[in-house]
Amino acid sequence: MISQTFNELKRNLKKDSGNFKKVRLAILADSASQLVVQAIKGYGIAHSINFVVFEADYNQIDRQVFDPGSDLYKFEPEFLLILRSTERLNKRFCTLDRSDKESFANNQLTYLISLCQQISSRIKCKIILNNYIELNDSVFGNLATKVSSSFLYQVRKLNLNLMDHAQENKLLFLLDLNSLIAVAGYRNTFDPKMYYSADMVFNIDFLPNLAKHITDIIFAISGSFKKCVVLDLDNTIWGGVIGDDGVDGIQIGDLGHGKIFSDLQLWVKQLKQRGIIVAICSKNTSSIAKEPFLTHPEMVLRLEDIAVFVANWENKADNIRHIQSVLNIGMDSIVFIDDNPFERELVKKEIPEIMVPDLPEDPADYLLFLKSLNMFEIASFTVDDEQRTLQYQQEAERSVLQQSFANEEEFLSNLEMVSEVKAFDTFTIPRVSQLSQRSNQFNLRTIRYTETELLSMVGDGLYYTYSFTLKDKYGENGLIAFVVLKQVSESTLFIENWAMSCRVLKRGMEFFTLDCIAGDAKRNGYSNILAEYLPTKKNMMVKAHYSSLGFEEIEENSYVLNLATYQLNKPVFITRM
Amino acid sequence: MDKRELLEKINQIFISVLDNEDIVLEYDSTADHIDDWDSLNHIQLVVAIEKNFKIRFTSQEIQSWNNVGQMLDNILLRVK
Repeated sequence: MISQTFNELKRNLKKDSGNFKKVRLAILADSASQLVVQAIKGYGIAHSINFVVFEADYNQIDRQVFDPGSDLYKFEPEFLLILRSTERLNKRFCTLDRSDKESFANNQLTYLISLCQQISSRIKCKIILNNYIELNDSVFGNLATKVSSSFLYQVRKLNLNLMDHAQENKLLFLLDLNSLIAVAGYRNTFDPKMYYSADMVFNIDFLPNLAKHITDIIFAISGSFKKCVVLDLDNTIWGGVIGDDGVDGIQIGDLGHGKIFSDLQLWVKQLKQRGIIVAICSKNTSSIAKEPFLTHPEMVLRLEDIAVFVANWENKADNIRHIQSVLNIGMDSIVFIDDNPFERELVKKEIPEIMVPDLPEDPADYLLFLKSLNMFEIASFTVDDEQRTLQYQQEAERSVLQQSFANEEEFLSNLEMVSEVKAFDTFTIPRVSQLSQRSNQFNLRTIRYTETELLSMVGDGLYYTYSFTLKDKYGENGLIAFVVLKQVSESTLFIENWAMSCRVLKRGMEFFTLDCIAGDAKRNGYSNILAEYLPTKKNMMVKAHYSSLGFEEIEENSYVLNLATYQLNKPVFITRM
Repeated sequence: MDKRELLEKINQIFISVLDNEDIVLEYDSTADHIDDWDSLNHIQLVVAIEKNFKIRFTSQEIQSWNNVGQMLDNILLRVK
């Protein structure tokens, strides 16, 4: 599936494609192919390819191929696409008597082989043939599957014969039209009115997808294909957050929506077995992130499947650059899969060459969507491809992590982040309570509050409570942080707890939060804020939280901020609302 | 929807499909008056109109119009 419409592709034709790489493509078809040609050219331009196309007149396949002096041969294409419609194939079939029907698939294969031989004897080009749509013509009903003289039987046989033959012929590639139409549905790809009035066998909405698949083949043959998939972890390859939910709590296998993620992992494993390198890029503590791969019985992907495993709290664009340098492959051969739109946008912006699919909102839709993108087209396959992961793993061990930071500030300022800052109220309390229960990593004292406890703070003069939402131009994150401050003396407040969702790390939210509470405290006449970090097994990531914010350590894990001299030590790009 | 309003909408569809901002349709406009309105684009226009108004023309209908006005009458009949 591609997101552009035919009209949008057509509009590309007016753009200047003079500097793009030229690819010479000839198209022969036994149906009207003008719109197919427009779609292919438009799609090419969107991918910086200038298709120079020779389009033969309508229904001229034999003339062009069997005439040695034809325009096709003068054109000398690098690629020749021959589109033969199943509709016309069926007409031919209908004219035959029963014994010829029985040998229809064999005769068609012989014909197609002779076409290919003829072409290859004259010019050196790659040939792309479509296979045929396996539709029941309702002559025998379901019994067609048992009758060898039925059209369905012969079409299926022809498709299989073609696949067998294509394995022998290195210059021949098959466009799997049948599968494309199985996914889209014939009713959606064939418009009878267009067929009868203009002999077009594909409706307009189907053309972009058809053009994409044809060009996918051409790109793969030309050496441009994907080699590596980089995966996020939390809510991408399992449900939930490993740092908060723990190995037993993440959804994979039978737990919760685990089947969704098991199926996704199964697919990735198949990709890995065919030679795609799998890497991990996750915002997590490395040891915690690796645990499911080592100990979770229902994880399909295991540590030995992963060529490079990067889990830390750094910028993902930098981490992907690291992965790329370890693997020593082109950025344009990497696919990055992450459920978080923020991370996707950051990576897209920092690394325009990388492919970043915009996953659907519902994880249940991930797999079908990813498959529909046909990201892993290749032009050849050998068994050696399966060995690749091991080599890369060894390479990764040798390599040292060299972080080169992207220009994060510029990126953050572009996000137009807005945070709504409120004292606790009946609307926010349920979510604050939930956040206090669930967040384990960014949780400074790990106090779990019930809703009743939170409610009792409201109107209590000793407490100052804050909840924070965060939204940016890509969307809402909801309530993502809270702080509870308690007056301990006339001049001093104590941070009873501070927790934040890890989804919004690295956006300067901590600094913004501090600025809110410190600014208010100063205005309310306080001179100090005391704070404490209570270490747990899971909150190592905030060990240095207060010192990085400019608090002074008075004893181990105890801090103070002097409000008289307080000044924010970092630019903040979040607007308070 | 009256015919004038519809003409406006159809005009927009022509502009978008034929990618030409200068198109100004009248009831008596025909393919001869509009650049690029050939048989190939006619099909795309028909498909775009069908989609826009969620209607289906019959194959006879799309052959029967002599000018834009007749096409509009046909659409009005189907949209209801």
